[in-house]
Amino acid sequence: MFDDLRDLYQEVILDHGRKPRNFRRLEDADRHARGDNPMCGDRMELWVKLEADGRIADAAFQGKGCAISMASASLMTETVRGKTPAEAHALGDTFRALAMTGTCPDCGAELADDMERLQVLGGVSEYPSRVKCATLAWHTLNNALDDKQEAASSE
Amino acid sequence: MDGAVVATGFDVARVRQDFPILSQTVRGKTLVFLDSGASAQKPRAVIDTMVRTMETAYANVHRGAYNLSEKATAAYEAARAAVARFLNAADEREIVFTSSSTAAINLVAHSYGRGVLKAGDAVLISEMEHHANLVPWQMLRDAHGVELRVARVTDAGELDMADVEAKLEDGRVKLVAVTHMSNVLGTVTPAERLATLAHAHGAKLLLDGSQAAVHRRVDMQAIGCDFYVFTGHKLYGPTGIGVLWGRMELLERMPPFLGGGDMIAEVSLERFLPASVPAKFEAGTPPIIEAIGLHAAIDYVESIGMTAIEAHERTLVDRATTKLSAIEGLTLMGRAQDRGGVFAFALDVAHAHDLATLLDRTGIAVRSGRHCAEPLHARFNVESTCRASFGLYTTVEEIDYLAEALVKAREFFS
Repeated sequence: MFDDLRDLYQEVILDHGRKPRNFRRLEDADRHARGDNPMCGDRMELWVKLEADGRIADAAFQGKGCAISMASASLMTETVRGKTPAEAHALGDTFRALAMTGTCPDCGAELADDMERLQVLGGVSEYPSRVKCATLAWHTLNNALDDKQEAASSE
Repeated sequence: MDGAVVATGFDVARVRQDFPILSQTVRGKTLVFLDSGASAQKPRAVIDTMVRTMETAYANVHRGAYNLSEKATAAYEAARAAVARFLNAADEREIVFTSSSTAAINLVAHSYGRGVLKAGDAVLISEMEHHANLVPWQMLRDAHGVELRVARVTDAGELDMADVEAKLEDGRVKLVAVTHMSNVLGTVTPAERLATLAHAHGAKLLLDGSQAAVHRRVDMQAIGCDFYVFTGHKLYGPTGIGVLWGRMELLERMPPFLGGGDMIAEVSLERFLPASVPAKFEAGTPPIIEAIGLHAAIDYVESIGMTAIEAHERTLVDRATTKLSAIEGLTLMGRAQDRGGVFAFALDVAHAHDLATLLDRTGIAVRSGRHCAEPLHARFNVESTCRASFGLYTTVEEIDYLAEALVKAREFFS
């Protein structure tokens, strides 16, 4: 009945959705932000620990939401470790383009490895109402890195 | 086909032919439209009437002394008469056209709320209100100093009548504003009992009939409420048209809501004298084509008969209750004794949005999220649900297909 949905719900996404990585509170976090899509009910809290040179030492989250939003947050926390805030912002922009269009022609060599990991979420581009699920984590990361107090939303 | 359906002479296959949209496919699958509670599909009769009006009988109403305007005015006023009959209103003038149920409730909250209620009076709503019957009262509370009380909903999803009574006890509640049928739980509230109870404690009763008016006969004189609202687009009519019914003596006491053309009897640069009811509440050019479309929709459902529709939907509700209850890991929100064809549910292994995406692939359209009832989801401690809601064109086979798809969806996510 749902075979053609394997493009969207690849095994990696189902796995990260069921068992999200870095699903914990970071007690000694330097940055923190909330993400909230109130219309659909996706919610998350994100913590970021920074190195002395400003790079992301660790990122972790907790929340409730659909498989896409949880998997996206899980994959994001794995991907942004070691990045400078500027690099993380750039990666987020590229990821949003991927989620909206399904392709990433401007990815460039320096983002290639990271985008390969995130490519599994490219299937959401076929489902306009689900793009916001995939991008909520990245909006939340932007707010954390920019030290914004208000909750991020992608609705 | 089911015995009960045959007994009423209701032929769902024939009814479905009246709705052009139902024959289309979605992603290669036959459309199974289970989101009528959000907005219902339109029969050919409504579509044709609206097109014919625009092609042959359209002009602004109440303004021109020429043939087309007279024709349009007559059709617009005939729509008012049709709504009055549909609701069994005592007087046609008690029908006020608005743009939606939301607009009708806001009209009462502004006009009755600010013009008749006083600071210190209380308004009683319930936990299962659509945001349209919650936020206008919060706005009134903040602007006008009335108290807002909220009656509880029981674990079964019924209005807690003991709590309603307790909250009316001190006599400060002057208006009870509750749904006649929950858009999430399907619960039908005891309208007549509420009217008796409210009146015994010196309060008026407003019923939000957005869902109820579609599924059963609603009779203003039998219910005994004071205000009733419903919307055209859920009753197989167009968007942009809603109805406020109010008792004549209340409408007469209420100040106008919106100011503008058509709502005045006299106007000078210094002052205005409002028109009489209902024109007083219909400022500006009204939704003319939409009112005429609503008239066609009422004629359509009445040609089938509300009793037959009710009986058909009873079969659907029974089938859905049995089928959905049997699915492992599925939680139904609300198990009211008296309920209509609205079922909100959650699956243990899948979030509502994931589930809706899967169902869409099978051609099934359901709503997912919180259905404009965020406090109710908090009350039942549920993040979000999928909601299947039925219309007169829904079939038993569609419900079986939904149940089959839900079982497969659970396998997919497990």
